[in-house]
Amino acid sequence: MIPAAFDYAAPATLNEALALLKKHGDEAKVLAGGHSLIPMMKLRFASPGYLVDINNIPGLSYIKEEGGFLKVGALTREVMLEDSEMIHTKYPIFIDASKLIADAQVRNMGTIGGNIAHGDAANDHPAVMLALRAEVVITGEGGARTVPIDEFFFGFYSTAVQPGEILTEIKIPIPAKGSGGAYHKLERKVGDYATAGVAVQLTIDKGTCTYIGIGLTNVNAIPLRAKRAEDVLKGNKITDALIEQAAQFAAEDCSPSTDLRGDIEYKKALVKVLVKRMIHKAMDRVK
Amino acid sequence: MQMEKEITVTINGEAKKAKVEPRLLLVHLIREDFNMTGTHIGCDTTHCGACTVLLDGKSVKSCTILAIQADGKKVSTVEGLLNADGTLAAIQEAFKENHALHCGFCTPGMMMRATELLQKNPNPSEDEIRWGISGNLCRCTGYNNIVKAIQYASAKIRGEALPSTEPIFV
Repeated sequence: MIPAAFDYAAPATLNEALALLKKHGDEAKVLAGGHSLIPMMKLRFASPGYLVDINNIPGLSYIKEEGGFLKVGALTREVMLEDSEMIHTKYPIFIDASKLIADAQVRNMGTIGGNIAHGDAANDHPAVMLALRAEVVITGEGGARTVPIDEFFFGFYSTAVQPGEILTEIKIPIPAKGSGGAYHKLERKVGDYATAGVAVQLTIDKGTCTYIGIGLTNVNAIPLRAKRAEDVLKGNKITDALIEQAAQFAAEDCSPSTDLRGDIEYKKALVKVLVKRMIHKAMDRVK
Repeated sequence: MQMEKEITVTINGEAKKAKVEPRLLLVHLIREDFNMTGTHIGCDTTHCGACTVLLDGKSVKSCTILAIQADGKKVSTVEGLLNADGTLAAIQEAFKENHALHCGFCTPGMMMRATELLQKNPNPSEDEIRWGISGNLCRCTGYNNIVKAIQYASAKIRGEALPSTEPIFV
């Protein structure tokens, strides 16, 4: 399968890339890891007239803690999360997610920024970022702006990133002491999208849940934060009864569609099971 | 509209130039422009791993990368695996000795993937090997002997005693 014809540039600076995106407007797409975009172009689901390859732009690939945030450059490859000692020890929720994204070859190319900017509710990082209340830095010719993850996803393949802009960084508030997080998705086989996925991030202070984030993968038109489920736990001592109630609310509040991975009832039941398991796993990881 | 661009790709150590349309996929550049047909096209949808090559040392699926993205980079394919003295590389010897191929279609991709796997982790566990090659499909269901071959190559690379090459029958 061959993509439709397009023109291509691989600028060496962010400013050049932004100028090209502005010039080509709706015709242009950003090429990062390319592992969502190129398959879509090969299938002719997408036929952009111009690709701006940002892979040669230095300074977009990093993982660092700075100013109270974990900062992840948009061009950071999945494999860099897997290979990062800091991520393994302090943010294992990313290892949970990254390990389940496609396969090693895809993770050598696929980027964190692309996984989010693609605006696909079936991707895994959005749910994790919702649970962590990440902020997304979007850069245009006028400068950078920061959008909370809760206001980032508009609809299917539609996000806060406007034509002429590039997602450049994801900022995650460094969790307080006593925090833990976990993610899991059920996939039928390696490389498949999630039948359903659940991310949970929480903080326990003197026995009370002071922070809770629950994000859901591929059970809604856009990545979904299970707010009613969070409210059950926030400010309370986490008990089995409350976990059961939270999981029930998450299952009730998501809107999966029936497809070859399962029907609505099955997927909602799966969300309920995964929410319970991920709350327990996050609690086990609290430190 | 679209114009052909000249690129330079160092493939198995040799710098080659090509004029490409931006939409040309890396696997087609390798097979059709460079006439190296060891890299296979299986599913053409990023699933099967038959087209796996190393791009600047990292295993990638060449059906999902544009040839133009390899401009100025190094590509390694199965044709470049042989040792400098012409003997089989450890991973090739391992596949040969361990009956790790039946039809051979997945083999080049498997060996390229295993090459990076062993470079990053010279002594992987069986689980790490199985997880590590989960992006490569073998439809002759030869995984047991493929895993055994990667264990053999691992021992060979580390200079340890080679494991038995008796095939596993299941």
